[in-house]
Amino acid sequence: MKNPIEALNKIFDSRIRLGVMSVLIVNDSISFNELKQLLELTDGNLASHLNTLEQAQYLKVHKAFIGKKTNTTYSITELGRHAFKAHLDALEKMIKGV
Amino acid sequence: MSKQEEQLNALNDIKKLMDRSSRFISLSGLSGVFAGVTALLGAYLAHVEINNYLSASGQYSAYPVDSSLLDLEFNLLKIGFGVLGVALAGGLLFTLRQSRKRNLPFWDRTTKNLLINLAIPLVSGGLFIIALLLVHPNTYGLIAPACLVFYGLALINASKYTYSDIRFLGLCEIVLGLIAMFYIGYGLYFWAIGFGILHIFYGMLMYFKYERAR
Repeated sequence: MKNPIEALNKIFDSRIRLGVMSVLIVNDSISFNELKQLLELTDGNLASHLNTLEQAQYLKVHKAFIGKKTNTTYSITELGRHAFKAHLDALEKMIKGV
Repeated sequence: MSKQEEQLNALNDIKKLMDRSSRFISLSGLSGVFAGVTALLGAYLAHVEINNYLSASGQYSAYPVDSSLLDLEFNLLKIGFGVLGVALAGGLLFTLRQSRKRNLPFWDRTTKNLLINLAIPLVSGGLFIIALLLVHPNTYGLIAPACLVFYGLALINASKYTYSDIRFLGLCEIVLGLIAMFYIGYGLYFWAIGFGILHIFYGMLMYFKYERAR
């Protein structure tokens, strides 16, 4: 039999990255500050996790300005949506299988 | 913690975050009850006004033209806006309290989404009814059904951004509005059922479902 944990995505091992993806999958785009507030994280912590997700091409970053302030928003990519769904399916299978 | 428990917790977190980031969940059932009671009170006042008008004018006429009709209209409008103001203020208060209790921000993207999507059919309905009042004489009978139908549409549209139960309430309002279209002249009763009784019933349902349990 195949190892059930195999299908789980390594990138989503972190609760924070899992959280970011959960928020992105139901929102068209969301700003850094909104994410920070929802997940109750510090700037640096959140930024590093967002970086990992960006490098995996699971999310897109849009930089814009509101006045002089930067307003960075994030949205999920097709690849990210796919990976997240596959991860959830794997989780479900594991729970049902055990 | 076992592996399975850990994964279950992860799934729970995911669900919570999805809801919290896309739905406005501080809506209090008590604001529904309050709005319902206010609406019933308003409907009673309107009923008294109309009765006074009818007994003063002596007979019931389908096309009354005298100036006391204008007075009646004005009084009914006053009652309508009074009800709207009190109900909104109460709803705001209970919902603010609820969001504070849950330690959630009151004003965020979910609040904005909810209000915008509620407002689109609601404002269209409001303008539609104002047009009925201003340029189409003798269409008073359509006001109550139109209120109910547009309000129902607004609730259905907004239900994607708050508790999904609201969707069914919206359907009930639409059905009630359409039934009222067949019984023109009983608009006030349908109005009282739709905005009064349904609100009270639904508010209590949501209160027991989401607030008492926690």
